[in-house]
Amino acid sequence: MNKELLFITVIGKDKKGIVAKVSNLLYKHDINIEDISQRIMGGFFVMTMLVDIKTADIAMDKIATELEKIGQNMQLRIQLQHEKIFNKMHRI
Amino acid sequence: MTITVEEVFETAQMILYHNLDIRTTTLGVNLKDCIDSDFSAFKRKVYQKVNTHAVRLIEHARKLEVKYGIPIVNKRIAVTPISLIMESHCTKSKFLQMAKTLDKAAADAGIDFVGGFGALVQKGMTKADKTLIAALPEVLSQTGRVCSFLNVGSTVSGLNLDAVNLLGGMLKDAAKKSKNAIGCAKFVVFVNAPEDNPFMAGAFHGVGEPDITLNVGISGPGVVKSVVEENRECDLTELSEIIKRTVFKITRAGELVGRELAADLKIPFGIVDISLASTTATGDSVANVLEAFGIEHVGAHGSTLAVALLMDAVKKGGAMASGNVGGLSGTFIPVSEDAGMIEAVNKGALSLDKLEALTAVCSVGLDMFAIPGDVPDATINAIIADELAIGIINNKTTAVRMLPVPGKKAGDQIRFGGLLGTVPVMEVNRYSAADFMKRGGRLPAPVTSLRN
Repeated sequence: MNKELLFITVIGKDKKGIVAKVSNLLYKHDINIEDISQRIMGGFFVMTMLVDIKTADIAMDKIATELEKIGQNMQLRIQLQHEKIFNKMHRI
Repeated sequence: MTITVEEVFETAQMILYHNLDIRTTTLGVNLKDCIDSDFSAFKRKVYQKVNTHAVRLIEHARKLEVKYGIPIVNKRIAVTPISLIMESHCTKSKFLQMAKTLDKAAADAGIDFVGGFGALVQKGMTKADKTLIAALPEVLSQTGRVCSFLNVGSTVSGLNLDAVNLLGGMLKDAAKKSKNAIGCAKFVVFVNAPEDNPFMAGAFHGVGEPDITLNVGISGPGVVKSVVEENRECDLTELSEIIKRTVFKITRAGELVGRELAADLKIPFGIVDISLASTTATGDSVANVLEAFGIEHVGAHGSTLAVALLMDAVKKGGAMASGNVGGLSGTFIPVSEDAGMIEAVNKGALSLDKLEALTAVCSVGLDMFAIPGDVPDATINAIIADELAIGIINNKTTAVRMLPVPGKKAGDQIRFGGLLGTVPVMEVNRYSAADFMKRGGRLPAPVTSLRN
């Protein structure tokens, strides 16, 4: 089955409940998490999630808005971007 | 191979913390098919074509901003050089009306600038070209969004000094008619002007272009500055490699967005212009990149070498990243839009003479600088001619965008705010070349142009 893959990037201070809040939102909208990684880099807590929105029940801009709300509440920067931009920038 | 968390973070950092953006998506629009002997019908067709395309551009660009999480800062239109389509409506008043038509079409669509109100006069001027130049003080002062250009020379044609000699008076007139000479910020004089440059104020839709085309300008001095800062000890070859790798990545992002936007609009994709272009945002400064190289302030001896290295590395990284690199591609060094350049002028590190030297190795020219309003016309013409001679002899684009500000003297500061920033007024050499300039005529094309 074709997938439509996006990366969610969460940047900020590590705190309890980040994964729970984001994955709860994704579950609610029928979005599958394909992969999760996290690392401390340059003093930042960085978590990336690769998600498939093929079966999602809302459009990408709405997911972005919802994620932004979570980011604001938890004082985190959350970015949602189509995976194509990473393949273009980081693979020849 | 899957994308790693480090790679995702690198991209996110570029956008969130180092001001990476698609600086402009510029739609080139041919207006030749709007020509009509009935001037009202002509204006109506121009309005409709420009407005319709502008509305579509904004709508589709917004979708891609969301999809890729990268800001597309400006959406703009470049049109066929206006003097070409106005040959049979050759009066100053009609030129002004056409400018107002373009201004309204852009404003109604929510586009900040429409470029192309200009002429190609590298070898001589038609009646329409002369009328357009005569109308420019009114056009630049009475419209807010119309940008103008002239191409007054090329390596194969030489320099049209008769056209240059019209510009000192024109600029001073435009300066008097607009607050703080701001009208002059919308006028660029070129040699070897590229027909697909997406950056204002000099964008136009060349006569060799298709009906509609999309050109993309990508920037990112903040991103380059951050990688240079992380590599303070490396030698010049390594420094060049580091910049190339970074520019490769940001150009690829620009090309992705450009190609997809063109496909969505069902029009051909033109070029990606990778040009480091400063903004007034903190850290988004080409001068700061040069400072990170190890130059105390731009203008210090060593600055020309630094700009040469930066410019070449940017071009190489861009060329590897896209088969469609075009426009001006390199590095812009405007004074007013770059906090580091302004500081260098105010500290006395950067003079107009050194700025001219830097332009020999940057991608455009003397950009967004102010001079005292009492500088004679002939001296303004000579500043322009000197800069353009560099382009003609070196087979590259050079340009001048300057503001002779009435009532101001060297050292004064002119505050515009927004994208245009603050302009410190720079001193010029007060000795005269008036007798040389008044000879007029055409600088012959250099011997390097005889290649057939």
